[in-house]
Amino acid sequence: MKFFNYRVVIFLLCSAFGIVFTMPSLLQTEFGQKVSLGLDLQGGMHIRLGVKTDEAVQNKIKSISTSLKYFAQKEGILIEDFRFDESSLRFILLDSDEISKLETEIATIKGLVVNKDSELNYVITLSEPEIEVVKDMAVAQAVETIRNRLDQFGLAEPTVIRQGLSDIVVELPGIKTAEEERQARELIARPANLELMAVDEIRADQVYVLSEQKAREYGSVIMPDSRGDEIKHLLKELPILTGEDVVDARVVFDETNQPVINFTLSSAGARIFGDFTAKNIGNRLAIVLDGKVYSSPVIRERIGGGSGQISGGFSVMEAGNVAIALRSGALPASVEMLEKRSVGPSLGADSIKASMIALISGFALVIIFMIFYYGYAGIISNLALISNIFIILAVMAMFGATLTLPGMAGIVLTVGMAVDANVIINERIREFLKEGKSIAKAIEDGYSNAMRAILDANITTLLAAVILYAYGTGPIKGFAITISIGILASMITAILGTHGVYLALSQKISRDKNHKKWFGIREG
Amino acid sequence: MEFFKSDRVYDFMKYKIPFLGLSVFLVIASLVLLSTKGLNFGIDFSGGTIIQVKYTQEAPITDIRNELAKSEQFKNATVTEFGTKDEVVIKITNTTTDLGSDIGDQITSLLVSTGEFELRRVDMVGPKVGGELKEKGITALILALSVILIYVSYRFEWRFAVASIVALIHDIVIALGVISLFSVEVNLDILAALLTILGYSLNDTIIVFDRVREGVSKSNSNDLNEMINSSVSNTLSRTTLTSLTTFFVVFTLYVFGSEIISGFSFTLLVGIVVGTYSSIFVASTFLVQLQFSIANFRAKEAEKVKKQKEKERIRAMYEKGIV
Repeated sequence: MKFFNYRVVIFLLCSAFGIVFTMPSLLQTEFGQKVSLGLDLQGGMHIRLGVKTDEAVQNKIKSISTSLKYFAQKEGILIEDFRFDESSLRFILLDSDEISKLETEIATIKGLVVNKDSELNYVITLSEPEIEVVKDMAVAQAVETIRNRLDQFGLAEPTVIRQGLSDIVVELPGIKTAEEERQARELIARPANLELMAVDEIRADQVYVLSEQKAREYGSVIMPDSRGDEIKHLLKELPILTGEDVVDARVVFDETNQPVINFTLSSAGARIFGDFTAKNIGNRLAIVLDGKVYSSPVIRERIGGGSGQISGGFSVMEAGNVAIALRSGALPASVEMLEKRSVGPSLGADSIKASMIALISGFALVIIFMIFYYGYAGIISNLALISNIFIILAVMAMFGATLTLPGMAGIVLTVGMAVDANVIINERIREFLKEGKSIAKAIEDGYSNAMRAILDANITTLLAAVILYAYGTGPIKGFAITISIGILASMITAILGTHGVYLALSQKISRDKNHKKWFGIREG
Repeated sequence: MEFFKSDRVYDFMKYKIPFLGLSVFLVIASLVLLSTKGLNFGIDFSGGTIIQVKYTQEAPITDIRNELAKSEQFKNATVTEFGTKDEVVIKITNTTTDLGSDIGDQITSLLVSTGEFELRRVDMVGPKVGGELKEKGITALILALSVILIYVSYRFEWRFAVASIVALIHDIVIALGVISLFSVEVNLDILAALLTILGYSLNDTIIVFDRVREGVSKSNSNDLNEMINSSVSNTLSRTTLTSLTTFFVVFTLYVFGSEIISGFSFTLLVGIVVGTYSSIFVASTFLVQLQFSIANFRAKEAEKVKKQKEKERIRAMYEKGIV
C-alpha cells in the first residue's frame, strides 16, 4: 500500500509548519516570531496627525530673514524697512553700490525668487519647487522628531510612519492609563521651539499700549508670559538663537527644589551667544519656549559656556517632557490631530475573550456538523480545517502581521468558508458514487470536476480581499489579510491535502465498501 | 446524512415570476428606506467622536445627560447603553484637533461627579479623514464590482457576468435596506461586511454558473430552463450546506462576539441569507432574462476550441519547420 503520495507529504509539511510556527504565539514563549495583537485587542492609541506644512514655509522665511539680516549687519550694508510675512520677505537697500555684494549672498541661498518693485525695493519669495521641498522635509523631520521623542518617553514599541503628503500615523500599543495617554499626546504635540530673544529695551515700557502691528513696525513682537497671557513682553522680532542650536537638555532641581531645565548650546551657538551677551551687558535676555516667555534675566556679564536654564513652574513630569522635546529637536511645524482611536486594555481583553468564545463555539459547531453529515469524509475535511487555522496564524507570525478584532472575525469567517471547498468536493464524490462509479474513480473525478468551480470562486473572493486590503485602512486591512491567507491556505489543506488523504486511504475505502461510513450516504 | 436527493430536479424556473416579484419588491422597499430613512452613518464616515465609558456600577444615564447638557460643546451628545447596564456610549458630532486636551480628557473632567468610571474607548475621526474614508470605501466597492465583472466575463460570458453583478447589487441593496431598517451604525466594519457579502454571494453564484457551463458542454439539450433547474438542483445541497456552516459561525460571532462587532456580524447574517437566496433564485433567472442562448454559447465555445486547435496546429507546423 502506498501511503505517502506527494499531496499528503505537502499537506503534512504545511501542517507541521503551521503548528510549529504557531506555538510561540500560543504559548507566548520568549523566542520565535509571534503574532502581534492590534491596538483594539491589547489596548493602546492610534493617532493620525496632520502637519501644518504652511507653517514650515513660514518658518523657513523667518530663518532666511534672520540670516540675511545678520549678514547685512556684519557687512555694514544698510537696509531699511526690513519685514517678512507668511510667504515673502521685503526690504529696501539704501546704497546701490552694495547691490552686487548683497545679491551674491542671496544667490548662495537655494530656491529664492527675487523680485524688485524698483531698483532697491526687494521682495524675496520661495520658488514653487523649493516650497514643495520645504513641506516635504518638514513632514520627514516631524516623523523623525516624534519618533525620537516617543523612544525616549519609554513606551513599548511606538510606531511612527508617514502617510500620504502631509500626514503621520502614530501607534502606541503600550499605553495603559488615561494619564499616560495624555502625556504621550502632549509630548507629540509640543513644538519645543526654543528661542533666545533680546528684550526691546527702548520701548519695553510701552508694551501694554502698543498694538501688534505698531510693534512690528519697530521690528519687535509682543509675547505673553508663561505665568499668564496678561503679562506681556516686548521682544526683538528676530531671535538671537533657536532650538536648533541646543545639543542637550536635562532636568535638574534648583535651590528651592523646583524642577528646571538646563540646556547646552552647540559650539557655534555658544559663540553667537557669547558675542551677544558681551555686547548687551545690562540688557535683558528672554528665554522663549513655544511662544511664551519663561524668564527674562538681565545680562550681567558675557556668558561664554554656552549653557542656559529654563525655569518657570514646571511639574516634574512636564519638565521631563520639555527636556525630551528639546533634546529630540523642535517640530518644524505644528501638528494637529485628524483621527484618534484609543482603546483601554480591559476592553481589548474583553474583545479577545468574546471573539475566542465565538471562534471556538463556531468552530465546534462546524466540526460536529461535518462529521454528522459526511461521516469519515467530514473528519478528513475537519483535519484540513484545523490545519488551515494553524497555517493562517503561522504565516501571520512569520510576516509579523497584526491580529485585530476584524482579523479575528476574518478567521471565524474563514472557518465557515474553508469547508466550502470540501463540501463541493464531497458532494461531487457522492454524485459519482451514486452513478455507480468505483471509489477510486469517484474520488478522481470528484476532485477534477470540482476544481474549476472552486478555483473560480476562490479567485473572485481573493480579488475582493485584495481590493479591500488596498483601499482599507487599519483594522479593515487586518480582515483582508486573514481572509486572503485563509483562502490560499485552504487551497493547500482543503483541496490538495484532503485529496492526498483520500489517495492514501483509497485501498482501505475500496475494501470497506461502506459509503455511509465514509461519505455519509444513506444506503439504498 | 443528506438534505436533498441529489438526483431529483426541482422546477425553480416555474416559480421565477413570484421569486423575481419578491426580489423586485425587496429591492424597491430597500431603496425607499434608503432614500427616506437613510443610513445611520457612524463617525468613520461622518466624523465625530465616540466615547465608551464603563462604570463600576450601573451607569447613571440621566446624570450623564444632565452633566453633558451643561456644556455648550457637548449639549447635542447622545448617550446610549452599550451591551451591559454598566456601559454607555457617548456620541458627539464635534471633533478636536488639539492633542493637548482632547475630547476624552474633557469628558472625563465633566463626568467626575457621576461616579466611578473608566474610559474604555475614545474614537475621534476628523471631517477630513471621514470624507477620505467615505471616498475610499465607495472606490473599493466600485473597483471590486468591476474586477469581478471582468473576471467572470473572461471565465464565462458577459451575460453570466451581468447576471452575477445584478445578483450582487440585489444583495447589497437589500442588505443596506435592512441596515437602514434596523438603524445599524455604518462604519468601516460594515463596509468590510458588505464587501465580504459580495465575495460570498459571488462564490455561491459562480458554483451554480459553473454547473450551467458544465451542463451546456456536456448535454445536448437546448432548453435553458431545464438546464438551470438541474444545475441549481445539483448544487442545492452544497449551497445550503455551506450557507449553514457559515451561518453557524457568524451567528456565534453575533451572539458571543463583543458589542463592537455586533453590527458587522449582523450585516453578515443578513448577507448570507440574501446571498444564498439570490444565487438560487435570482442569478440564474436573470440569465434567462438576458436571453442567454445555449446554442450560441456552445458555438462560441466550439469556436474557442477550434481556434486553440488551429493555433496548436500552426505551432506544430512551425516546430516541424514546414511553412
